[in-house]
Amino acid sequence: MISWPNLVSQLFNGLALGALLALISSGLTIIYGTLGVLNLAHGAMFMIGGYAGFVTYQYTESFILAVIAGSLFVMLLGVAMERVIIRHFYHRPHEDQLLVTFGLGICFVELVRLIFSSQSQIVPPPALFQGITNLGFMFYPTYRLAVVGIVAVALGALFIVLYRTRLGMIVRAGIEDSVMVDSLGINVYRVFMIVFGIGAMAAGFAGIVNAPVVSLTPGIGDDILVQTFVVVVIGGVGSFPGAILGGLIAGEIISVTSMFNPGYAYVMLFAAMTLVLVVRPHGLLGVQGRE
Amino acid sequence: MTDDLIRRHLSRRGLLQTTAGLIGGSMLPTMPAFADDKPAIGSYPAGVSGSTAFIGISVPRTGTYAVQGEDELKGYQLAIEHINEGHELIKKISPKTSKGVLGKELKFGVADSAAKPNEAVQAQQRFISENKAIMITGGTSSAVAVALNKLAQREHVLFVCGISGSNDTTGKDCVRYGVRQNFFGQTAAAAIGPVMVREFGKGKKAAYLTPDYTYGHTVTKSMQDFLATAGWTTVTNQVAPLGAPDYSSYLLNVANSGADVLINVNWGHDAVLSTQQAKQFGVLDKMKLVVPYQVPFIARDTGGLMQGVYAATDYWWTIEDKFPLAKMFNEAFEKKYGYKPEWGAENAYVSFAHWARMCEEAGSFNPPDVIKTYEKGETIPSLVGDVHYRPEDHQCVRPVIIVKGKQQKDMKNKEDWYDVVEIVPGEGLMQKPDAFGCHLGDYT
Repeated sequence: MISWPNLVSQLFNGLALGALLALISSGLTIIYGTLGVLNLAHGAMFMIGGYAGFVTYQYTESFILAVIAGSLFVMLLGVAMERVIIRHFYHRPHEDQLLVTFGLGICFVELVRLIFSSQSQIVPPPALFQGITNLGFMFYPTYRLAVVGIVAVALGALFIVLYRTRLGMIVRAGIEDSVMVDSLGINVYRVFMIVFGIGAMAAGFAGIVNAPVVSLTPGIGDDILVQTFVVVVIGGVGSFPGAILGGLIAGEIISVTSMFNPGYAYVMLFAAMTLVLVVRPHGLLGVQGRE
Repeated sequence: MTDDLIRRHLSRRGLLQTTAGLIGGSMLPTMPAFADDKPAIGSYPAGVSGSTAFIGISVPRTGTYAVQGEDELKGYQLAIEHINEGHELIKKISPKTSKGVLGKELKFGVADSAAKPNEAVQAQQRFISENKAIMITGGTSSAVAVALNKLAQREHVLFVCGISGSNDTTGKDCVRYGVRQNFFGQTAAAAIGPVMVREFGKGKKAAYLTPDYTYGHTVTKSMQDFLATAGWTTVTNQVAPLGAPDYSSYLLNVANSGADVLINVNWGHDAVLSTQQAKQFGVLDKMKLVVPYQVPFIARDTGGLMQGVYAATDYWWTIEDKFPLAKMFNEAFEKKYGYKPEWGAENAYVSFAHWARMCEEAGSFNPPDVIKTYEKGETIPSLVGDVHYRPEDHQCVRPVIIVKGKQQKDMKNKEDWYDVVEIVPGEGLMQKPDAFGCHLGDYT
């Protein structure tokens, strides 16, 4: 028998979880869509965003500064990664790209473990968002509520950058046909660097925003990475709106399935992904993109 | 040797060989090490033909149990150091020890199991074949412990079990070549159950958070069975995979279940995260929390959420007032590592000290002889008083310590997290040795 309060709670929780997945996935998808690189270090970058924010919080006790530091640090890391390593792999087989980004991810995780140990670290939510909110139909952690809003604003900002600016236009054109963009005299490799930075920043931002919800450990990015890939596949590889839609769908699937049997949450997630791939091989909002 | 091993191990869970020059051990001719001239079996006598004996250690250094694994490793390292130098504390547990075990210096290798059975088995298989490990240890995940039980029986190399709370480890999956010092989930339930009934009353509704593997399921079942005798019911059992990234969905089910008590069987970081999130979701304001199988460092890592919470544990450092050996251990451990040991380190230390004693008493590393010495069931010292191993299932019969989280204002120092409520003798808590279907198997 369905418990209605529980169903509503879970639907709402799915929205919160989905929003976060959407944000992380959007970073992954614009990197892949533009550069054609599947960044397996994305989960590690999500984790590093959390730790960079944690360190900042230790020194400043300011959550806002922690968010800024976490985002910027990972953005710079992304730019450095692209300049030093990734750009050498654009014309190499996908498996080489997978291996190098996977390897970088491992290095990042172990480096963080070396510095911070495996002990979990806590970043408390800002005072404004501490405690629990009574929504009438349920009690819900105030900070998680805030995360939905924060993520919505962040996704809105990303949307504006991608769809209302010249840079965004170039990026989207790059997703469609990077060779043509290059032919038009635009330095496509500089665009690639910026895109990698933006994608990384989305992961870093999500990492620090998520930190008060989960407590930090070096392995925190591992599970998120898998979910993120599922989201990207469901939504459509390279599609920014697809990442948002995929994130929300994934969040709801995990939450609603959990109401009946949490053990099947991931089974259902992958079942949904399979179903989408059968019906729409390029994902719900996917484009042919680069092949 | 060290570099060679690391180079050959390509995953993040690299094998950290902490000893040097041992490759020669695997090249030595097979010859009897002692005058007792026993037939070769497992790594015996090849592994102890020289001046050293090798121990294979697999602990989780990554993943959800990493913190507990590192602590466990420290307990092993201290025990090996103490055994090699003939430390006073070891001599209290193993009076015949002089230096090393039977005069052999102990060397060891460490592998990261990541709490995954396959990782642990692969690493230990290497320790056995390449280093001629005379004893292997590991655990922290009972799934790993059960897998290493099977490996030990197959290879005829003794497995001295590390942290493992499952009823299966010395129950249905017990083996002749495995021994365990820490207790069953069933024992924890039998110890903490009466305290819960006394504290919360009869006929209560319980919600469970259960990790989805042998430890979780057996501990939850033991708790359910015991509490059912006091009229308690289970309103929901939320089974989560090991290392779940988020417990919000599970906790919403718990919050809407109408339970009086949340029994959190999760362990390691899973326990920390689920407890923190239970607080975030207001679950801990609605119902009482109980941790039936205490997690080392959970009080510290949850930022004090264990205040007022009952837990069953193997060891808490403040029992040093009653047990002189515990005091010696605490002092030695804190001097070396800078913090008070918790039960993972204690279990590791005592397990090795007991193994050293059994080898000394047997006068040989020969596995059947060492096993038979365990099976004598003699009363022997430990850090929590006298204990013995049951010959029928190789389970140590030892007390369970019930603790209750202290309020912050009552803490005398930053590690004074718990009051010891009760030290429950082990004998009255244990089910019969065959209750979980243990059949040990052969010696050879």
